[in-house]
Amino acid sequence: MTISEHLPALVVVLPLMAAPACVMLRHPFAAWLVASGTSWLCLLMSALLLRQVADHGAFSYQLGNWAAPWGIEYRIDMASAFILVIVSAIAAVVSLYARASVAHEIEQSRQYLFHALFVVCLSGLLGIAITGDAFNLFVFLEISSLSTYAMVALGRDRRALTAAMRYLVLGTVGATFYVIGVGLAYMMTGTLNMADLAARLPAVIHTSTAQAGLAFLVIGIGLKMAAFPLHFWLPDAYAHAPSAASAFLAGTATKVAVYAFLRMVVGVFGATGILAVAAMADMLMVVAVLGMVVGSAVAIWQTDIRRALAYSSVAQIGYVLLGISLLTEAGLAAGIVHLFNHAVMKSALFLALGSVFLRLGSVRIADLAGIGRRMPLSMAAFLVAGLSMIGVPLTVGFVSKWYLVEAILHKGLWPVAVLVLLSSLLAVVYVWRVVEVMWFAKPSALALTAVEAPLSMLVPTWMLAGAAVWFGVDATGTMAVARAAAAVLMTGVGQ
Amino acid sequence: MTPQTLILLALAIPVACIGPVLLARRRPDLREAFSLLAGIATFACVLLLYGMVAAGERPELVLGEMLPGLPLVLRIEPLGMLFALIASGLWPVTTLYAIGYMRGHHEKNQTRFYAFFALAISCALGIAFSGNMLTLFVFYEALTIGTFPLVTHAGTKAAKRAGRVYLGILLGTSVCFLLLAIVWTWTIAGTLDFVPGGILAGKVADWAVAPLLALYVFGIGKAALMPFHRWLPAAMVAPTPVSALLHAVAVVKAGVFTVLKVTVHIFGLDLLNAGGGVPWLAGAAGFTIIAASLVAMSKDNLKARLAYSTISQLSYVVLGAMILAPLSVMGASIHIAAHAFGKITLFFAAGAVMVASHKTEISQMAGIGRRMPWTMGAFAVGALSMIGLPPTAGFVSKWYVLNGAVESGHMAAVGVVIVSTLLNAAYFLPIIHSAFFGEEKHDGDHRNDHGEAPLPAVAALVITATATVAFFVAPDWAIGLGGDLVGRAR
Repeated sequence: MTISEHLPALVVVLPLMAAPACVMLRHPFAAWLVASGTSWLCLLMSALLLRQVADHGAFSYQLGNWAAPWGIEYRIDMASAFILVIVSAIAAVVSLYARASVAHEIEQSRQYLFHALFVVCLSGLLGIAITGDAFNLFVFLEISSLSTYAMVALGRDRRALTAAMRYLVLGTVGATFYVIGVGLAYMMTGTLNMADLAARLPAVIHTSTAQAGLAFLVIGIGLKMAAFPLHFWLPDAYAHAPSAASAFLAGTATKVAVYAFLRMVVGVFGATGILAVAAMADMLMVVAVLGMVVGSAVAIWQTDIRRALAYSSVAQIGYVLLGISLLTEAGLAAGIVHLFNHAVMKSALFLALGSVFLRLGSVRIADLAGIGRRMPLSMAAFLVAGLSMIGVPLTVGFVSKWYLVEAILHKGLWPVAVLVLLSSLLAVVYVWRVVEVMWFAKPSALALTAVEAPLSMLVPTWMLAGAAVWFGVDATGTMAVARAAAAVLMTGVGQ
Repeated sequence: MTPQTLILLALAIPVACIGPVLLARRRPDLREAFSLLAGIATFACVLLLYGMVAAGERPELVLGEMLPGLPLVLRIEPLGMLFALIASGLWPVTTLYAIGYMRGHHEKNQTRFYAFFALAISCALGIAFSGNMLTLFVFYEALTIGTFPLVTHAGTKAAKRAGRVYLGILLGTSVCFLLLAIVWTWTIAGTLDFVPGGILAGKVADWAVAPLLALYVFGIGKAALMPFHRWLPAAMVAPTPVSALLHAVAVVKAGVFTVLKVTVHIFGLDLLNAGGGVPWLAGAAGFTIIAASLVAMSKDNLKARLAYSTISQLSYVVLGAMILAPLSVMGASIHIAAHAFGKITLFFAAGAVMVASHKTEISQMAGIGRRMPWTMGAFAVGALSMIGLPPTAGFVSKWYVLNGAVESGHMAAVGVVIVSTLLNAAYFLPIIHSAFFGEEKHDGDHRNDHGEAPLPAVAALVITATATVAFFVAPDWAIGLGGDLVGRAR
């Protein structure tokens, strides 16, 4: 047996093992080295897995050689491989950035903790993406969530503690709902394997038990992905967490929750046909549209820019859910490609803001006056990623918008298409008010003290900002993967 | 050189000159020399391409695949050639003017100004050469964002407010209407290529033609059709060379160019004529022509009056397109060029007056023609072209638009053109009259002992005024290209 056959296990186990190594090393730099090296290795393994799927099709991995459905099955197809790459890529880039940022924001005696939590969280997120077992997914959900609560609590001031507490309560409610949902489904089908669940649920979906299970799942995962109106934990958590954590979480945590939604609700329950019958899709659409309009509108009024970006995330999850709610392959592909696109641009924005925080100790809009002239490279990255949020052509944001609108028009839902475009105009407002202050206002006293961010933060920021342009100029690759992933997830629904 | 190289050069030279311009920021003479040289080189490339297009070639260059099945592609056809000639030909002239204006006016951040100016020209040429609607949209949005720093150049509160209006209306219309129309077209036709005769024939439902065309026409905010015209007067806070080249020529012409392009190459005249046309869109253009002229009359600020005159003149092109007769479409395309020469002269003159005397209001300009004979003489030529009188460029295009309207029996359109001619005369002739024959006023705020503006500025406006007359004498190139567009034999 070669190592390459065990990649599916390694990609989860390696970061999990790296965490105790970080703790034992204690030294901030050594811990960072382990965390960052692990993240890059995970990216390499994820890329290899994606290639394997692209070349040879989907495959399963039996954990510990226990055959499914008794053992835990890892299932790697286009959808999961794509999420693996997204999560590990964001983690790898952010890990480069984390050294300088964490050294500045967290007291030295606790820095190793951040790096340890970072890899635990990474392990959990990758696990969610790769597992083919509904209960195993819950385990990974908790691994990633618990480490996230702690990471948020490491934030700079005491407000981080209340934010973490709030996140902990709501996150636990979400996880509990999820596990209740899985339990009800297990009651009716006697299996936890996703493929088996998908095969057996259609026979029992008429029972209220199975339907209640679905409801619990939707609410539980909805909380985790901060879908409107279950998003209340998110703005505080993103605003008060350490900068590197915000960037990492904004790009990955909610995305992976959406993936869980895609797997469990669309992939597993989709085969029962209940999504269309019980007006589930319509309800989802209403929630998605509300989220994208309300999230964007609230973002406009924030004075703390990280809160504005957090509310914008709520809106962006709305876009993804809207794509899913169409229940067509094109809609799903639009949603999935937006997972990638949004991860890239939102993380880039948070990284750029983290650099500002490093220099100014604040990300309030008033303090950012004139910062564009003091930190031109960081703020140019912010501008590029911001233009992508708006959806300017040649950026990834445009690609998402294009395919979402196309999918909506194919279903003939005119008013929804107009709402999508209108709400993207709200993004113009909340991005441009920041850009205007950064570049056109007279520098504040605070801004005059700032200098350009260190290279170790600048390079990762530009890696993501550059990716936002790269995959916007040529979206053929990401769209091909997203379409293949959508096809996988739609197999059940299409029947 | 192959045509592909020339296309690439025409787009790349303006962008490439940004580097030297930034490097030479401490040496203004060198910096402006780079800008001028780049302008001349770009124009030379476009001229060489013109020879090929006039000979019937349609050079094409694929830049790469952006979305699956949707490449970024450049393909030159007559209408795009016409627009490219105007934009690239007037760029060096405007640079010449800017040298006099920006220094005479002691503007700050001149390096940034020249850099973004070059970027804007490259975007305008990209629009002109676009081979499909996606490519056009990419350059269209880039032009909006690339010109934002030029509009807000002064950095004052007023400039910032104007910048918001500019960005808000242009991005708003393009995202909400234009993008929607493009994606809609894509879902119907499965292609976005510009094809003579259109791509929608036989694919689009009858009921959908009018709303789709309306989404396009109003979505192209740069065409400044009412009620989406507010950005143009707002943009007048920019330095005058910006108002002159971008907001009288490149940006606004990109708008009406796109309207024409969509009419002829996405819908096709046959398809639109078969459905009886969309009379209310022609009506909207007619309304804009008259209403903007009336507003122009009420403006005392010279640049504001010129801005509303531009709005009115732009709708000539939209009206010509919406009449749907080959002759009027031809006239509309010629008007893109004809209006450019006259209007840029007017703006140059307004800026020259501002530099020399710091006067911005028309009421202050009595008698100024005696102190600035060259400037106001050129202004008179430009004004005649706006009214559409011989021997100026404006007459040629108006002739074709009117012919097309009469031929196809659009008497209302004929009426609109005649009324607007009278209105144009009513708000331009008094300026000229008072400039040359009025009594000079001494208001204490402005010195009256000035002469002409700096030499480069005056030279530039004399060149464009001469071109306005030359266009009347030798309009064959523009008529030829306009004729090619609608398939008339040369």
